[in-house]
This record gives sequence, structure tokens and C-alpha cells, in this order.
Amino acid sequence: MPARIDIAFRLNGVGKRASVAPETSALEMLREVIGLTGTKYGCGEGECGACTILVDGVTINACLMFAADCDGRDVMTIEGVNATPRGEALRRAFVEHGAVQCGFCTPGIMVQAWHLLESNPHADQATIQRGIEGNLCRCTGYKKIIEAVAAAEAVERGQTPVEQSREVQRG
Amino acid sequence: MAELRAKTSPQGSDPARGSLIGKRIPKMDAPDKASGRTRYIHDINLPGQLHAKILRSSERHAKIVSIDTRAAKALPGVHAVITAADVPWQRPIGVAKDHLPLKTDRVRSLRDEIAAVAADSVEIAEEALGLIRVDYAPLPVLTDPVAALAPDAPRIHPAPQGADGGPSLKPGLPVAYTGKPDNVAMVMEYAQGDVAAGEAGSALVVEDVFRLHYVTHCCLGVSGVIAEFDPSGNLLLYSNTQVPFLHKREFAELLDIDPGRVRIIQPPIGGGFGSKLDIYPFEPIAIFLAKITGRPVKLVFTREEEFLASPTRQPVLLKLRSGCTKDGVLTFREVETLHDNGAYTSWGATTPFVMMQTVSSLYRVPHCRYRTRAVYTNNPYAGSFRGYGNLQATFAVEAHMDRLAEALGIDPLEFRLKNAQDPGEVTPQGMHFKTCGLKDCLRTAAERGDFLRKHAANRARWSDGDPVKRGVGMASMLHVGGGAKIYPSDGCGTILKIDDFAHVTLITGASEIGQGSETVLAQLVCEELGLPLSAVTVVNNDTDITPWDVGVHASRTTFIAGNSAIGAARKAKDKILALASSKCGDAAEALDLAEGCVVKKATGERVFELAKLIRSLHFSDKAELVMTTHYYEPPSVHQDKQFKGDVSAAYAWATQVCEVEVDTRTGIVRLVKVTGAHDVGRVLNRLGIEGQIEGGIVMGQGYALTENLMVEDGWVRNPNFRDYKLVTAPEIPEIDVSFIETMDGEGPQGAKGVGEAPAICIAAAVANAIYNATGVRLTSLPFTPERVYRALHGAAQPLEWNVPQ
Repeated sequence: MPARIDIAFRLNGVGKRASVAPETSALEMLREVIGLTGTKYGCGEGECGACTILVDGVTINACLMFAADCDGRDVMTIEGVNATPRGEALRRAFVEHGAVQCGFCTPGIMVQAWHLLESNPHADQATIQRGIEGNLCRCTGYKKIIEAVAAAEAVERGQTPVEQSREVQRG
Repeated sequence: MAELRAKTSPQGSDPARGSLIGKRIPKMDAPDKASGRTRYIHDINLPGQLHAKILRSSERHAKIVSIDTRAAKALPGVHAVITAADVPWQRPIGVAKDHLPLKTDRVRSLRDEIAAVAADSVEIAEEALGLIRVDYAPLPVLTDPVAALAPDAPRIHPAPQGADGGPSLKPGLPVAYTGKPDNVAMVMEYAQGDVAAGEAGSALVVEDVFRLHYVTHCCLGVSGVIAEFDPSGNLLLYSNTQVPFLHKREFAELLDIDPGRVRIIQPPIGGGFGSKLDIYPFEPIAIFLAKITGRPVKLVFTREEEFLASPTRQPVLLKLRSGCTKDGVLTFREVETLHDNGAYTSWGATTPFVMMQTVSSLYRVPHCRYRTRAVYTNNPYAGSFRGYGNLQATFAVEAHMDRLAEALGIDPLEFRLKNAQDPGEVTPQGMHFKTCGLKDCLRTAAERGDFLRKHAANRARWSDGDPVKRGVGMASMLHVGGGAKIYPSDGCGTILKIDDFAHVTLITGASEIGQGSETVLAQLVCEELGLPLSAVTVVNNDTDITPWDVGVHASRTTFIAGNSAIGAARKAKDKILALASSKCGDAAEALDLAEGCVVKKATGERVFELAKLIRSLHFSDKAELVMTTHYYEPPSVHQDKQFKGDVSAAYAWATQVCEVEVDTRTGIVRLVKVTGAHDVGRVLNRLGIEGQIEGGIVMGQGYALTENLMVEDGWVRNPNFRDYKLVTAPEIPEIDVSFIETMDGEGPQGAKGVGEAPAICIAAAVANAIYNATGVRLTSLPFTPERVYRALHGAAQPLEWNVPQ
């Protein structure tokens, strides 16, 4: 049997112990060992952002991190983000602004947006676009995701964003 | 276990206030998805489940001399290793039934499946694959579709043989695939009028050749399936198919069992876009392994596999000739295309069905001829992909329209308006445009995009010395918007029940693939029954429960399933109002449903609370429930063998104006703004339709500018997101969309389908915009910096049509 490594870390605010093979990624550990499936496999090589998690407050692609390297760290996944006020504001904004279609990229983008607003509470549109450029979405064309993050940001500032009006014609 | 996808709206329990039509309605599945709670197929694990992996060919074209699986079988944790020899009863799959799931005598492309393993873990399965030894005898590799037509070209599909030299499909089996005599997979021809006469009456004739490239769906959720048999041999499949009822039958045929013994559960899907309209080898292979091991078998792709072994949009070489009078009236159009089919035939070969509609009927063309040949090569094979040939056809037709306009000296808008279809038109191909907003789309997009002024101003700057040029271009499109009767039925069934508390369960055959169909269907039911969205649960993902539907394709779900849901809701409403009438004495016609109550139509006065009324029916001496069914079949026709007939109950139209910036020093093209006008019939869910259109526009942007599956001599060079460039958030254009509401008489509340439309025009409009910016016309996609730079600096080779007849 291959060697296993015993690790201890904080996961979504709760102490966690796990025994993992050296080659196991943080993504595999979260999904297959611990059973938190909100973090998604999209490419396995750090290109799509579907597995974005927070480690010591910084977003990383869980597929590129060894599970063993979680030892002693503070890890937060979409399940942890959900439980925070900012996560709640983001979820509400993503729902109300139509930022979700197939939804597969959404948890990763939620985590990335959470981190973006944490580190830059006054992010403007260009900053938001740059902030989520490592997250691929095939359904939405990003526009509504950007609007949703901006709306969550506005809520944090105590403002309500103004709905964009659109022209409707009758032929 | 997968859950039934039964959700209620995030809108809460607010009573319905007035009509929901046209409002911004959040998707019912969005809260779960945004919180990571949604269980996709990758997240489902069954007790006792084994994990499967497929060994694929390392050769592009070769005879399989031998396969040695002994070491793989001996590996601890391996439950089964199978090759074609283990499933002599397998049958060919796919549109032309030319594709055996496990290859017998030869491999025809890199993706080809040779063996498969079921093991205790993915890691063990992968290790076992590494222990399988395959000896190949290489065959000549054919990757150029033009060369595939040569009389002495290597044959891709000679009669299949087993290792013993005998036929690999045993005599007596239901399907005996005997191979193909040449490399032509499919020919489709269409004609109307007399092209020679049209040409004779032309003052001007223009001919162009276009080349379209490989792109692929890139669903964020990779392909996967779980197969399980019960002790009686009934198959349960967890599948992301877009056509569960068609596949139920196909899997039954594959196993030679009654289709009633196949159940398909569709977990939420991580992107579809047409990729899941066909059966691919991994699905039968998982089924074989489940049958052989007697255990549930889960098979999930890696991203690299997804790039290598899922279908592509079909690459096309296309020649287009058209003529017009000196006044700019189109006289004829002649199109010939060569499709690279790849090694096997999937839906990609049938895209001419859609392409010829654009060629014959986007504009009025009295005389028209169209011919496609799809040929076998050792390249990846092409499937169906959002737009289904229309991105290719529209790219050619709309770039060509600009060429004609320029040759005539007419502006592109006026030329299009002069030839545009009007409502009421029946085209020579038999399409009846009962509503048609094309002219409104053209005028609206041009006006809001300031097209004419910018078009003239940009041209005046061609030689002003500024290395960064601006350009504006337009393109229009026609696509089916009321289903497409490509099967004898294009219908959808609905079962609707209302419980004692006036909560509705809507059971629909229509699959949700992220596009928001369950929300729009719930909305349409609420509109009939005067209920809030929170009063509806949608069940839509289990063939043992849901009634038949042909599947998610052809932008049909809102239209077809919507009309079906409305039909079921109206029957329920009739029953409720008849009951109310019998109790209160008012005529049923004078009553209505609103805000959870029976009300008087004239005054809005509440007569009964709906839940109480329903309970009074249930708990009476004539005890009854409110349960209805409806099957909607659109009034369209299955086209005849000449491809003529009114194939859709409605047609969708759009014009998009694209504005680009071209840096002539680098060849980088930036899409600055897209101004779209879409004839959508009527907006049902404004949030949903905006999302569909924005997403489609950005998918079209990728097709035009960044995406390119690089297939060189049959090798896929960029099977990863690092080198296959999807558009990212900072690159999206400013988007301005106007909705043209033509209120289609057959559509649900007047709506038409819109799912595919927004991706279709972008490449053509961008090509026209690059020309408007620089005076250089690009005819090959995609417009990568290298290609644009070469064209701008005179280093591009003009495309030639050198295809043998």
C-alpha cells in the first residue's frame, strides 16, 4: 500500500483530520474523501477555476494543490462561503441577476468573487472582470455574473443597484 | 442517490400580482447551484459502484493486430477488462450506424475506443489501462477531406473484420454493418427554381469560398454516465443526455431488450449546447461493464478526454455564388460544401438540413441549388452544436451579402432590406413565415448601433495612417423558432396535478439543461392558473415518470414544452372553473383564476379560495382530484425527400451589428460592442432570455476570434483550456439587445425559441466589421492575430475550391 499522510487543518471553520495519499490533490480530498462536492472538477490543470477554494484567505485552484499541503492551513470552500454574510449577499445577487445557467462554474466563481470583495470592497466593473478572469463560464457570457458581483458589492456599501432598462418594441 | 429535481421558486410565497410574462424571473434551480448544493453526475456515487476508464487508440489509422489484457486483468482491484471480443453482440451506434463502441479490426482516429476497465477506483482503472498492450499495423492516414474524394484514397470504412479475418459483426445479429464503398458519408442536395435562368437574368455575379474550422462545446462539466442493472436485467442509466426518450430506445436496441426496461435519470447537466444529442461509445461501454460485472459502473471523462473524444462543430469548406439585378434584387444562389465528417457519422453530417434553410430562405432567392458532401477522414468526428450548421452557413451568406452590396454600390443595410423576407411569405422551400421581424431587426440593430454613420466614417479612415482601425459590420439570421419536425413527431407531453393545498406539480418531458426551461414552464402554468411561482414544482428528469418529449434541440423547448404545459394548465383551469360555476351559479366563462382564488372576471371579486375549492372537490361524495395531461404536437410538417415543407411552427430572426477594433501592427481584433435585435415572438422571462442571448453572443465571439481546436494530420494539438481559448470575462463586448415582439400566433403567449439564435451572426458580422475597418476580407475562421496579421500584410493565401465533382 502506498504511504499515507495524516494531516490536520481547518475546513470551513471546523478542525478536520484526514489521511491522504501523497499524490492526492486538495480537490480529490474535498470531493472524494470528505464529501464536499460543491468544489468542481473542470479541467484538473488550473485553467478553468471551477475548483476555486480559499487557503489562508487566498484563492487557489484546488486541483493544483496537494491535499497534504492543506496541513496546518485554514481552508474555506463554497460550503463555507455560503455561511458568511458576504456569501449570502453574493448568492442572492447571483440568483436575482440571472448569473447562473448550468451552474457548474458558479461555486468557483462565487468563491473567487467572495475573495475579490474581501480584498477590494470597492471593486469597479473592470476590477471585477479582471478578478474573475481565471474562471471560465460557457453559458452566461459573464455579463450577468459581473452584474451580480457588482450588485453584491453595492449591497455591501449599502446601495441598491439600478436595474438597466431595455427597449421593447412591438412589430 | 440522485434526487428528483423538484424545486420551488426562490421568489418566496408572495402571491402572484398580475401577469408574470416579460418579468425578470430568477431561475428556480439558481439558489442550489449558486451554493454548490446541486448534485451533478460527477457528484453522484452509488453503493457498490465501480469506476471505468477507456483505453483509446494511440494511432490515427491502423489495424489492430492484437490486444493483450492479461496483466491488466491480474491487477488487484480490477473487476473487468473488456475489448470488442468480449461483447460480440455490440451493435453500431450513431446517425449512420457506422460506429462500434469497442473497435474490432481497426482504429480510425485518435479517440477510438479499444478496451475498457472497471475497477475499485479511478486510479486502479488508470493503472490497468497502462498494462494493456495493443499491437497496431499502421494504415495510410487520411486527414484532408479533399483527398478523401480521390478514387485511390485509403478507405476509412471497408467491411469490418474480426481478428480471424471473418466478419466482425456476427451473422444473425440485428444490424450487420458492411462498411462503405467509398469515403462519402452523406450527400444532401436541394434545389428550387432554375439556377441557370437566374444566372442569365443577373447583372452581377459574385463567387466566394469560405473555410470554417473545428470548435468544440467545452461544457464545464465533463461527460459522464452511471449504468446499473437490477437482478431482472432492467437498465437504470444516470445520463446527461438531451434526448432521454430517443436514447431509451437506442439503448434498448443495443441490449436487445424491451425499451420499457430502460430507465434514464438525468441529473443536472454541466452544459449541453447540443453535445448530448447522440450516443457516444462511452455510454454503451459503461453499460457493457455494468452488465458484465453486475455492479453499478461510473465513467467520467478527464478534460483532455473531453477535448479528444467528444464531438466537434463540423469544419466546412464552402463555395457560394449569387447573382442580383442592377437594382440589387437577388436572382440566384448556388452553394456547394465539403464537410469533414471525421471517422464516424454523428449529427454533424446532417447540418446541411439547417444550412440550406439559410441559403434558400434568409432572403428571397427565386432560384437556388445546394449540395453537401460529408466525407470520412481520420480526424475527430463532428456532432451537433448550438446553431447546427447555421453559424457556418450564415458566416458565408452574410459575408457574401456584404460583397454583393459593395459590388453594387449599395449600403449593406439597404441591400438586405431590399431582399428581406416579410410576414406571410411562403418560401420555395416551403417555410411559412407567419410572423417575421427581420426588417424590424435590421432597422433596429442598425439604428441602435449607429451603423450607417459609422460604416461610412470607418471606410474614410482606411488610409489615415492610424495603425488602430475601427470597423462595424452587420449580419442577420433565420433559425427555427417553433421546433423542427425532423422526426415524425416533434411533440412534448405534460402531466399536471394540483394538490389539496393548490400546489401544482408540473411533470414535463422537457429536459432542463441550464437554459432555464423549468422556470419558464412553471411561469406559463402560473399565468394560466393565477398562482405564484412558488406554488409550482417541476419534475423533468426521469423517463419512468415524465411523458415523452423528443429532446432539447432546435431551440424548441420553450415553444413546444411551453405549449404542452399551457394545454395541461388550461384543462385544469376548465375543470376548476366548471366546479366553481356549479357552486356559485356564475357562468364558468365569467370566472377566472387570480392570486390563488377563483374571481369574477369582470370585477376581480374573490369567489373561492382555490385550495378550499379543490379540497371541497376531493372530500365530497363525488371525490375527484385535479389531474390533467396534454400532448402538444406543433402544426409543422416532416419535410419531404426534397427537403421541402414547413418544418417549424415559427421562425426566429435576428440582426447583430458588431463593432471591432483592429490593431494592424499585431493583427489583434477586439470585439468592442454587439448591438442585437432579436425577433423572439414575445419575451417570457426577461432575465432568462437576456442570459441566453448574452451567452450566445460570447459563444459566437469565441467562434469568430479565439476558439480553434487545432487538428493537424489527425492529431489534436490543444486538448486543454490553456491552448484552446475560451473567451474570458475581461474580453466580453458591450452588449445592447433589443427584443422585437412579433407575438407569434402559435407560440406560447406569443413566444418563439431563441436558444441557438444569438451565436449565429457574430462571426459574419465580425468579418464584415474587419473589412469595414481595414478593407481586407477574411474568409477563413477564426480571426486569430496571426491570420489577421497575414491577411493585412498580403501574406494570406486566397482560398480555392479544388474539390473533385
